[in-house]
Amino acid sequence: MKYETDVVVLGGGGGGMAAAKAADKNGANVILIEREEENGGVLNQCIHNGFGIHYYRKDLTGPEFKETLQEELEHTNVKVLNSAFVLDVNKDKQLTFVNHKGIHEIKTKALVMATGARERHFNSLAVPGDRVAGIFTAGVAQKYINLQNLKPANSALIVGSGDIGLIMARRLHLEGIEVKGVVEILPYPGGLERNVQQCLRDYNIPLYLSHTVTRVEGNKRLGKVYVSQVDENRQIIPNTEKIFNVDSLVTSVGLIPLTDPIKFVETAPGFITSNTNQTSEDWIFAAGNCTVVFDLVDYVSREGEKAGKYAALYAQNQYFPEQKVKVIKGKNINVLHPMYIDPNERTKLYLRVSKTFKRAEVTVEPLGIKMVEEEARPSEMIEISMKPFKDKNLKEIEVSARELG
Amino acid sequence: MIAVIGSGIVGSLIAREINKYIEDVFIFEARNGIGTGVTKGNSGIIHGGYDDTPGSLRAELCYKGNKLYDEISQELSVEVKRVGSHVVALNEEELKAIDELEERAIQNGVQEYEILDKTELLEMEPNLNSDALKSFYCPIAGVTEPWEVAMQASRSLEINGGKVLKNKKLVEVKKKDNKFELLFEDGSSYIADLVINVAGLYADEVAKFFGDEVPYIFPVKGEYYLLGKNIKYANSVIFPTPSKLTKGCLVVPTVDGGFLAGPTAHGVKSKQDFSTTQEGLLEVREKSLRLVPTLDFSRNVVKAFAGLRPETREKDFHIDVGEGNVIHVSGIRSPGLTAAPAIARYVVEYLIQEKLHINLQKRENYLTHIEKVPHLVERDYDYWGRVIQEDPEAGEMICYCNKITKKEIKEAIKSGARTLDDVKFATRASFGECQGSFCTPKILKIISEETGLKPEEVLQNEEGSWIINSEVRMI
Ligand SMILES: Cc1cc2nc3c(=O)[nH]c(=O)nc-3n(C[C@H](O)[C@H](O)[C@H](O)COP(=O)(O)OP(=O)(O)OC[C@H]3O[C@@H](n4cnc5c(N)ncnc54)[C@H](O)[C@@H]3O)c2cc1C
Ligand SMILES: Cc1cc2nc3c(=O)[nH]c(=O)nc-3n(C[C@H](O)[C@H](O)[C@H](O)COP(=O)(O)OP(=O)(O)OC[C@H]3O[C@@H](n4cnc5c(N)ncnc54)[C@H](O)[C@@H]3O)c2cc1C
Repeated sequence: MKYETDVVVLGGGGGGMAAAKAADKNGANVILIEREEENGGVLNQCIHNGFGIHYYRKDLTGPEFKETLQEELEHTNVKVLNSAFVLDVNKDKQLTFVNHKGIHEIKTKALVMATGARERHFNSLAVPGDRVAGIFTAGVAQKYINLQNLKPANSALIVGSGDIGLIMARRLHLEGIEVKGVVEILPYPGGLERNVQQCLRDYNIPLYLSHTVTRVEGNKRLGKVYVSQVDENRQIIPNTEKIFNVDSLVTSVGLIPLTDPIKFVETAPGFITSNTNQTSEDWIFAAGNCTVVFDLVDYVSREGEKAGKYAALYAQNQYFPEQKVKVIKGKNINVLHPMYIDPNERTKLYLRVSKTFKRAEVTVEPLGIKMVEEEARPSEMIEISMKPFKDKNLKEIEVSARELG
Repeated sequence: MIAVIGSGIVGSLIAREINKYIEDVFIFEARNGIGTGVTKGNSGIIHGGYDDTPGSLRAELCYKGNKLYDEISQELSVEVKRVGSHVVALNEEELKAIDELEERAIQNGVQEYEILDKTELLEMEPNLNSDALKSFYCPIAGVTEPWEVAMQASRSLEINGGKVLKNKKLVEVKKKDNKFELLFEDGSSYIADLVINVAGLYADEVAKFFGDEVPYIFPVKGEYYLLGKNIKYANSVIFPTPSKLTKGCLVVPTVDGGFLAGPTAHGVKSKQDFSTTQEGLLEVREKSLRLVPTLDFSRNVVKAFAGLRPETREKDFHIDVGEGNVIHVSGIRSPGLTAAPAIARYVVEYLIQEKLHINLQKRENYLTHIEKVPHLVERDYDYWGRVIQEDPEAGEMICYCNKITKKEIKEAIKSGARTLDDVKFATRASFGECQGSFCTPKILKIISEETGLKPEEVLQNEEGSWIINSEVRMI
């Protein structure tokens, strides 16, 4: 079958659904494509609360957040194609996707990429030891436990203390799996303080900061995990080894933006976009975890809306940015999004600092924007709102952070 | 009945070769997968045959084997990419090694080589260490997926009336008249007229069951990194100049677009020690970066793994008849997979026919060519579309990284896959960048639905490698 439309949204997670909704609202014909049977992306498997506090001003679970968006989507004219996998996107604005009915083509005017992220796998850390069953990502554990009612462990150690790792520690514990600890290579927890309290301390699950896994051992199934302390350069400190007898190692060691199947757009490693979510290919927009990994679905959905809106305007020949100001990562900035700014539009700048600060001052120069953040940590995203600044001569701006004495 | 002990690349190709003459051939494999021994963890290189010790059986069979891979690739529908190889000299000292290789090549009768100077070399391999002075280039060297060759050869055996039995570990042999009674760990037994022992690391132990002595086999570990597909590090196989012990740490483009760096070579105690080590992985990084400085071990690693070489003090293949109608194919160290097709012929044409005087006639009904169900994603869209018309599950994507559909996974299960690794090696599902984070729960469910196994009974690979312990709660 051949389709034709104004805007295609690729990916039906929190980012994609919001994008489709906004593109529809801005007058475009929209097709949303999602490879799973259901929309929602990672929201479906996150049955804990903490979603939507900003976006809906309600504390929802992942599935509740998704249901709310899904209902909103049903009140639009967006055509949703589920169980449909996009194989190709070519420069002539044509997409090919496959589903159980065949291989199909869509001709579009604009595209929003909202393909999310994949989990970084333990295998890619190349930790020495035996190759055994029982080492899996937090996402896989979530799918087995939350979606398939299957218990993949009796006893577990968790690597990575980001929110996902913390939440999975509690989840496993509540399902009767003995969680012997959470191991974190950094000297501070990766996730929110709230989660450290509610997921670990409340259940007496130990947190090992400045520790890393050095070896895994087992006979067919995992049996032992070796953990050692590291110094400030992440070098292993001799004679600090602890051995955990567990049959499972649940890993939550980072998300990697997914940019497939597009190969011809600037990435680093996610899609690089402007403040209107436009990529280096002017008809392609991107939002959510396929650009940079966001802390909250609220940010993702807001970014999705923006991408949907500008994609719709672009498709209807109503959006042509004349100028793009480059945003430069200055001192102590690790992640910065977006990387370009159309100075005629408003901007939400998201950043992560590269080390911990007691009190950080974040500056945007030469615009003279200054912001003070208490206890800034790389694991928590900082957000800066910026008004349009119609300065024709400005070529670039720089964002940096410094400790306030 | 003719029995082949071991379903590695060598065993399955031997079984297939015999099957061209005799229908009644059985492969007995101790493990629950085909080609999961030495055949699974190696460099996958089809060597040029230039560097094996002249006069050795290795040298004789390696070059012949290399040539036979065109036929193997066609007949078994397996991928062989003749990407060529460079042995690279990085300093004056190493230049000598290039001269020595040339001499060996001449002695081994290998004509397909060229000595390239720096400019030519760097033109072909721009990512190489710019210190490179010269290379010994061999255009007939290539890469393949060894387990795939083994799997296709055993499929060919089954299609032609032979049998492939897994979970059959040979534990004892009794002589009965001129025959052998083979006793397996699971209590079953079979009577064989002729036995070929191709038990890889264990060929010396299996030989003892027959009362024969072959050179003692000790394991030498090789550790590797597998790097992702999104960076192109090299176009061909890149070797350092060889040492007496090994061909060194290499950079190898794999058949499906990734890269291997490795292997190391260190003796280990146990034939079951497939663990990677800190020292080994560090060594791989250091040595391979010397060849290709752009290798990205911080961000581009898919995984690390290790393989074990069946080494002997003689450093040569030992392929000979034992007491009675048994042939021991042992000491099949590198370049065993290159030599495998030639070993198969050597066994049938020389050992069986000439040494054992068994007269063989080619079968008339033998089907030489077998199809591989090609991955749908590798076919054109028209074809794929037609397949979906007949079976909608051909349009249902399960593995997103390698793009494997539900139909392909179900077909693998129909042809005997029972574990996650069976499905992985048969289809490449969960073999991609996400290493199964998206698809393993789905594959487990499909295996369970298709076979009636409970989720708790589905294994990663061997007995003991359970995935699911129980249900979370009763529903
Ligand atoms: C375990 C966990 C806990 C979290 N906890 C919280 C929390 O408490 N509060 C909070 O606010 N946020 C939380 N988050 C973060 C937040 O939920 C996510 O950042 C957000 O949902 C991501 O949305 P997305 O649309 O960018 O990506 P995804 O949800 O990953 O959606 C991407 C979609 O694209 C589809 N897709 C990709 N490629 C293709 C293709 N080729 N063809 C068709 N479809 C495709 C995928 O199937 C997927 O549905 C959590 C995240 C995780 C993983
Ligand atoms: C690190 C490394 C790198 C290498 N690189 C290359 C290369 O690039 N090119 C090359 O040509 N060669 C290479 N080789 C060599 C090559 O991999 C081997 O020569 C080849 O795979 C041997 O195959 P096989 O069939 O003899 O053994 P295997 O694959 O081990 O097969 C033997 C089978 O016998 C089974 N078995 C054992 N005991 C019993 C029993 N009692 N009953 C029943 N079954 C039994 C085992 O389970 C196994 O499946 C390399 C090897 C290693 C380890």
